[in-house]
Amino acid sequence: MNDSARIPSGSQTVGPYFRIGLEYLLDRTPKLAPRVPGTIEIRGQVLDRDKVPVPDAMLEFWSPATVEGGVSNNGEPSGFPAGFRRVATGEDGKYTLVIERPAPVRFNNELMQAPHFMVLVFARGLMRHLLSRVYLGGEKVIEADPVLRGIAATRRATLIAQPEESRADLHSWNVVLQGADETVFFAW
Amino acid sequence: MTEPSMVELALPGTQPDYHYPAYRSSIARSPRMPLVLLPQTMTEHGGPVFGHGLIREYDSDLTAQHEGDPIGERILVHGRVLDEDGRPVRGALVEVWQANAAGRYKHKVDTHDAPLDPNFSGAGRMLTDDNGYYSFKTIKPGAYPWGNHYNAWRPAHIHFSLFGAGILSRLVTQMYFPGDPLQPLDPIFNGIPDEAARQRLVSRFDIDRSEPSYLLAFAWDLVLRGKNDTPFEERHR
Repeated sequence: MNDSARIPSGSQTVGPYFRIGLEYLLDRTPKLAPRVPGTIEIRGQVLDRDKVPVPDAMLEFWSPATVEGGVSNNGEPSGFPAGFRRVATGEDGKYTLVIERPAPVRFNNELMQAPHFMVLVFARGLMRHLLSRVYLGGEKVIEADPVLRGIAATRRATLIAQPEESRADLHSWNVVLQGADETVFFAW
Repeated sequence: MTEPSMVELALPGTQPDYHYPAYRSSIARSPRMPLVLLPQTMTEHGGPVFGHGLIREYDSDLTAQHEGDPIGERILVHGRVLDEDGRPVRGALVEVWQANAAGRYKHKVDTHDAPLDPNFSGAGRMLTDDNGYYSFKTIKPGAYPWGNHYNAWRPAHIHFSLFGAGILSRLVTQMYFPGDPLQPLDPIFNGIPDEAARQRLVSRFDIDRSEPSYLLAFAWDLVLRGKNDTPFEERHR
């Protein structure tokens, strides 16, 4: 640490009223059409310990690579970055997002990671946001991904979105905040 | 083969625990399984970069978003966004929201029996400049009751959401006002174990930036995770 070293500011909950300040971004998000090549749709629900839907959760999805081998194109005229989406849950705890399909991302100089998003979970009751990941491509991605392989076999499935049989671009993924089937969250 | 290092953990006590029973909503919503260490890969190093196209006129003046003036004490809130090395974080997206002067949010789930102000929405946003500086004009929010425990009141606060360089610098927090007797009674404020870390969430009254016969100023600096080692993309203006 040098003389000017500083400690990061403490986190506080997003609270129940975040829509006032954060929902504007939904209106300023470039609209992607679902069911077209290069985009995917993820649908799911955020649940608490008692499997009660969480109607006031916000999820942010991030991928640094949304085109094969490339890096997200930031700085569009809209000011809105590619590879990023913010969604809020409805009364039923459900969310939907349509986003550019993520590409494999480098792990180190030898290995690649399977396509995934980092997911940030915010809600009333969460003093600090949670970090998770969601992978696309079904169970077969486990062998292909060094991060998933490092997670206990019994819990890996919580990070894998399930593709719909009828529509290859549609995936479902729930976030379980607590319980036996709790989603894997990362330390930070 | 080089293994990526793991995502660094926060200094003990400087960040709240997820499970904090004094804050009742945390009980059924906080994870109880051990958190898993995450390698720091391209995903964790990168992050979304927001441009000026996102910001509209009056986004940083919460007193000028309607026909008339909002009721309450007019204030300027300003400060710098810095990284862990004390360097300015440029182009950071800062989003703010708050209750009105009466302690009421313009939100359908807020049922507090205090008046809404037709001239106040309570939301703003801005990008930090090349010195990491932000500022916005607003009115001072009121304290308000909540259902956490008997006679529970939130101290006056403004919600802040920030994106710095890299997704791991993401921060959502609340700014408090100096001299508020509700702070030591508030489980959300107290959720940060370290006293010094808690006090860093309290803004400083700033007479030098207060304007005669017009407004009072409060200064508040924020520190985001990261040491400017994250590659920046050229920001479009």
